[in-house]
Amino acid sequence: MSDAALAGRSRLALVRESLPVAVLAILIVASSFLNRNFLTGQNIFNLLRQNSGTIIVSFGMLLVILTGGIDLSVGSVAAFSSVLFATLLDERQNDAMALPPAFGLTLLCSLGFGALVGYLVAYRKMASFVVTLASMTAARGGAYMISHAKTIPITNETVNAFNKSSLFRVPYSVILAGAVFLVVAFALSRTVYGRLVKAIGSNETAVRLSGIRTDFYVMSVYMVSAALCTLGGIIESRTGVGDARVCQGLELDAIAACVIGGASLSGGRGTAVNTLMGVLILGLIGNIMVLMRIPPYPQQVIKGVIIIVAVLLQGQNKAK
Amino acid sequence: MAVEFLVRMRGVKKSFAGVKALRGVDFSLRPGEIHALVGENGAGKSTLMKILSGAHAMDEGDIFVDGEPARIGTPRRAKELGVGIVYQEFELADDLSIAENIFIDRLGAHGIVRWRDLYERAQRVLRNLGFDIDVRRPVGGISVAYKQMVEIAKALSANARILVLDEPTAVLTPNETEKLFAAMRSLKEAGVGVIYISHRMDEVFSVCDSVTVMRDGEVTGGGRIADFDVDGLVELMIGRKLSTMYPPRTAAVGGEILRLERLDGDAFSDVSLTLRKGEILGVFGLVGSGRTEIARAVFGGDGLRGGKVFVNGAEARIRSPHQGKRRGIALIPENRKEQGLVLDMPIKTNITMTNIRKVSSRLGVVSAKRENGAVDELVRRLTVKTRDTRNPASTLSGGNQQKVVIAKWLNTDAEVMIMDEPTRGVDVGAKVEIYNLMNELTARGAGILMISSELNEIIGMCDRVLVVDKGGVRGELPRELMTEKDIMKLVVGGHGS
Repeated sequence: MSDAALAGRSRLALVRESLPVAVLAILIVASSFLNRNFLTGQNIFNLLRQNSGTIIVSFGMLLVILTGGIDLSVGSVAAFSSVLFATLLDERQNDAMALPPAFGLTLLCSLGFGALVGYLVAYRKMASFVVTLASMTAARGGAYMISHAKTIPITNETVNAFNKSSLFRVPYSVILAGAVFLVVAFALSRTVYGRLVKAIGSNETAVRLSGIRTDFYVMSVYMVSAALCTLGGIIESRTGVGDARVCQGLELDAIAACVIGGASLSGGRGTAVNTLMGVLILGLIGNIMVLMRIPPYPQQVIKGVIIIVAVLLQGQNKAK
Repeated sequence: MAVEFLVRMRGVKKSFAGVKALRGVDFSLRPGEIHALVGENGAGKSTLMKILSGAHAMDEGDIFVDGEPARIGTPRRAKELGVGIVYQEFELADDLSIAENIFIDRLGAHGIVRWRDLYERAQRVLRNLGFDIDVRRPVGGISVAYKQMVEIAKALSANARILVLDEPTAVLTPNETEKLFAAMRSLKEAGVGVIYISHRMDEVFSVCDSVTVMRDGEVTGGGRIADFDVDGLVELMIGRKLSTMYPPRTAAVGGEILRLERLDGDAFSDVSLTLRKGEILGVFGLVGSGRTEIARAVFGGDGLRGGKVFVNGAEARIRSPHQGKRRGIALIPENRKEQGLVLDMPIKTNITMTNIRKVSSRLGVVSAKRENGAVDELVRRLTVKTRDTRNPASTLSGGNQQKVVIAKWLNTDAEVMIMDEPTRGVDVGAKVEIYNLMNELTARGAGILMISSELNEIIGMCDRVLVVDKGGVRGELPRELMTEKDIMKLVVGGHGS
């Protein structure tokens, strides 16, 4: 390949890579014109806090999508975690020492759940779409069973303090989301794990024939996704209740975020930064529509259209 | 009205992303002629044929069909003009019947299939080619030779007058090859022009009337086949004397390094062999003979049903490529684009993939410095031509891609190298480099199991050859007794019974 062609190629790749960042920047500028209150620190933090659960869950989704799979169960697992966590705390609501075991047990539960899903996908070669469609239903059902379809109040002071507190005006949940982002971004760019996950999504056969236990890596991403759902689900319980009805449709937001961020559903392509941009673009559009007083149902239509347009734009870039 | 040429292509040029695949090619085909198109892999034969069949658009040049200027922009248009092409990879629907496959785009009028009529038409087309088979059988269950006939019948039933056959005999036994030639000759009688792409010189000389030789996107010679001999043709193809192609073998053969005892798998049974240190053991077989499956099973890529594998005298239970790698076995797979490389990822990521722990910290963080060091050394040693190892592997030429696949395994300490068609689709220069590397590896005590369907390569490089057919070893020849004829005789022997 000639130098010019190569340079052209990488420049194009650069444009494609930075497209989500540019879109977000344009949206921010546009919305600050639409509403003078928009660019206040308060509103920005609100945006981040409202979306911190989605951000966390989307990074699990990103890893799954990078391997060429999909995880439809994230919303249900998050709801399940929220309910289980609240139930485990129920007995000893005011005991700070009750937190670690409750959290640990919830995390263990979803790790086990993710391991089962991952095992079926990786070792039994079942389609991830089907497996997680089933586990989505099952986890949601489990959440209703535990909670008897009622909200479970979380009155534990430490939890509520966590949800209300902030560090230098940055809410804790945002800090947590930021930490997850940094870890995933680092993992994808610098570690053996991230590199192999991406490579598997790009060409699993070649990676397996390089003597790498691809099945193990594929299984692991479903476990990571489930674990992040637990974090996301508990953060979503910030209203102070465990509720089997939370996080409905979270899987769609997470998938949309990855796709808007340029991830390929066939695997191998996608970055942490752009997935973060994807969540924020989605969240910001929602925010703008609220500021513009657009009623909720048209909002959904507009959101759908925007997802399609985003993917179309990337498709054009991809086809040179 | 008879025309002199069915097809004339003049000054055809084509580039892919800056790489010149065709640099102004002239080619013509007469009615009732079998015309050989020969050249090394990557010479541009396939690109030229893809332009003729509408799969690629040319950048410059003219095409005349029946003397009329033709614009072939799409496969559909090519079909209308009477161009039929049979690729190496068949484009058949396995679950449909033979008849349905042949008439896939003309199953019936007004959206209604008249089955009896369909079967009769299909039977007739195949019978004209000299093949008689129940056309109601699903394609998935018939042999490769029949599948190929179905492809040819499909092209002819669309009234093809220009038929392109891309290495049709690579998958055929000698008997089946003869049947194909008979069919080609009867097509020739009927005035069809056949373009025959092949690597097998004996076939070119026995069935073709004329020849065009290509090298590096240019025509280097051509004319009536009677005016050429094998050596002359090969020299036009490779641009050098054949005798300088294969470096002399000098490595001393030592003790046993790999032994297979009565290996059984899905596609082979009762395979036993011994590979020694410093030895290149050839495995010759046709596509579908089980050769590739044997290689993959030893490495752990496919499951084994029975039998034992011994590495350095100790029994090795190898159930996955991971375990194969840990036992010091490497596999250079036959299809580098699908099995050897992650094309979208950087060259250096591909190279270190087999041994990424070596360039990472204990916590699994890749050290850019150590990785670059390892990669640069291998790239230099194998003379991989690239400006930047951060570019995706897809930007490399075939030969350099293959070097990257080999580099992956040099990065491990593999003592047993299984190379499945190591020089397929590689230009001559890179071929010689790969052969030299094989000599270097064996000189250091590695054992190489080389699977190949190129007889020249087997004879030129191997210390011993095993002939594999129908999933079993049919015979063995030492270096002194290796001739094209004797090797093929062992293949035929397997079918004689």
